[in-house]
Amino acid sequence: MGAGRLYVTVAAGGFRRYATYRAATAAGVFTNTVFGVILVYTYLALWDEKPHLGGYDQAQAVTYVWLGQCLYATLAIQGGGAEKDLMDRIRTGEIAVDLYRPADLQLWWLASDLGRSLFQLLGRGVVPFAFGALFFPMALPAGAGPWLACLVALLLAMVVSFAIRYLAALSVFWLLDGMGVSQAVMIAGVFFSGIVLPLNAFPGAFGDLVQVLPWAAQIQMPADVLMDEIDPWRAFAFQAAWAVVLLAAGRLLQSAATRRVVVQGG
Amino acid sequence: MDAFIQLDRVEKVFEVRKKAGFLKRERRQVRAVDSISFTVARGEMVGYIGPNGAGKSTTIKMLTGILTPSAGRLRVAGIDPSRERTRLAHRIGVVFGQRTTLWWDLPLIDSYKLMHRMYRIPDARYRDNLDRCVELLELGGLLDVPVRQLSLGQRMRGDIAAALLHEPEVLYLDEPTIGLDVISKAKVRGFLRELNDERGTTVLLTTHDLQDIEQLCSRVMVIDHGRLMYDGALAGLHEVGESERTLVVDLERELPPIDAAPAWVVRVEGPRQWLAFPAAESAAPLVARIAAEYPLVDLSVREPDIEAVIAKMYAGSAPGQAEKAVS
Repeated sequence: MGAGRLYVTVAAGGFRRYATYRAATAAGVFTNTVFGVILVYTYLALWDEKPHLGGYDQAQAVTYVWLGQCLYATLAIQGGGAEKDLMDRIRTGEIAVDLYRPADLQLWWLASDLGRSLFQLLGRGVVPFAFGALFFPMALPAGAGPWLACLVALLLAMVVSFAIRYLAALSVFWLLDGMGVSQAVMIAGVFFSGIVLPLNAFPGAFGDLVQVLPWAAQIQMPADVLMDEIDPWRAFAFQAAWAVVLLAAGRLLQSAATRRVVVQGG
Repeated sequence: MDAFIQLDRVEKVFEVRKKAGFLKRERRQVRAVDSISFTVARGEMVGYIGPNGAGKSTTIKMLTGILTPSAGRLRVAGIDPSRERTRLAHRIGVVFGQRTTLWWDLPLIDSYKLMHRMYRIPDARYRDNLDRCVELLELGGLLDVPVRQLSLGQRMRGDIAAALLHEPEVLYLDEPTIGLDVISKAKVRGFLRELNDERGTTVLLTTHDLQDIEQLCSRVMVIDHGRLMYDGALAGLHEVGESERTLVVDLERELPPIDAAPAWVVRVEGPRQWLAFPAAESAAPLVARIAAEYPLVDLSVREPDIEAVIAKMYAGSAPGQAEKAVS
């Protein structure tokens, strides 16, 4: 119980930390709204040419766009969440401070990143989504069920997103610099998460592949759960499986890192 | 004597890989800590000094359990730190002067609430300890200020409080006064002295500042190139290191070098002369004599800096002599 309260406090800290930067949040809301509008018109043109692309109708395509903008910062699709801080701390040696604490490193950073995600969802995600729902026809569910299921899928998406970025961050123990890894995280995130185009619209075998990668757990799953395009339990199972696998890999890498690696600096 | 910290021939060897041509790497071993043995009793306040890269921080990291010794035996409160890092963490406090444990973007008090949860401190004890730290470290007006807005001295005091809320039995301080102004240094030192007097907290202090040691520690350990060069009282260090203090004398006019044994003139520049004398000697009779015999305008005494003392000690001591100094 005591440990649970610690991680709740850490998550609250992550939330409040991002809440202190109000101008950045306002700028983010504006950016995601503008991008949403651009993408919506692009999608509408595309779906005019190819109706039912990826099995979505136009209203679903529009819904997908606004959910994507809502989750862009929440899931740190381009990176820039806990992993950025963690990379810096490993590079500068500040990680020493984290290591002597009587707390679990991975859980600590997971809690902190979930706090950040929650703030980004409320502070930065809700407004663009509401804007979209207000000005564009969207395929939103009438009952509470799909909304609740979508929230569960979203929580799992946050964990998977963190688990990927945590692995990337730990690599800095060996690489000593996070620039290249950050860029790989960004490119992979933008491409494989489906923020640009829904994964079910990707063609052929490549389309099949991207839909089983862990990034598919991020936007595609919550979107399909919200629009009732997938059995929610199947979506949860897919997300949970990736969460477990990636978190376990993170633990392995973490123990290897803390065992053999030198903490930088005096 | 209750040996609270025990090191027995502890070593830490790092492997460094160096580029030696295309795709070729040379492996080289660096001995950061080379067979160090010492014990610290409960309630002692010990200075741990040495030049940059001497192995001080590596020792502290091994004592907290975040680095594993390559060889030797190490115990803190009977615990092997690297094996039971988390259990030990509840009994130790650590302050790294150049790093912070505080949440950078959030008010100071948020970090303390985090410590409250992390160390599972009972509510009443947490409140008592926080009140006491706030009073003694003068943090009253700072609790609601985001850490990034604190001055270095304020942040350091904030960090020291954060390390003490769970009442650790031992406190490791790595350069706690680095970069601080005179007043902040005095505050930090005063607090540490009280902590040691009242609570009997064992303190291990690494520093470059000889005054930290002079004002706080009855015992000092000197480490250089990973080896323990000296372990004893501060006065003894000056003897072993044959350190000198410097008397800077301003005379009314240019004069031949002053004759005042046991001091000797090391430099003359117009009416100003620099005299060196053994650090163990008192400056008072020397000053009195010069004032009586020469037309004195001004005078100041410069303390030897620790770096010079150690450099001299290292230069003058073959490994055999170092062993003697340690005994």
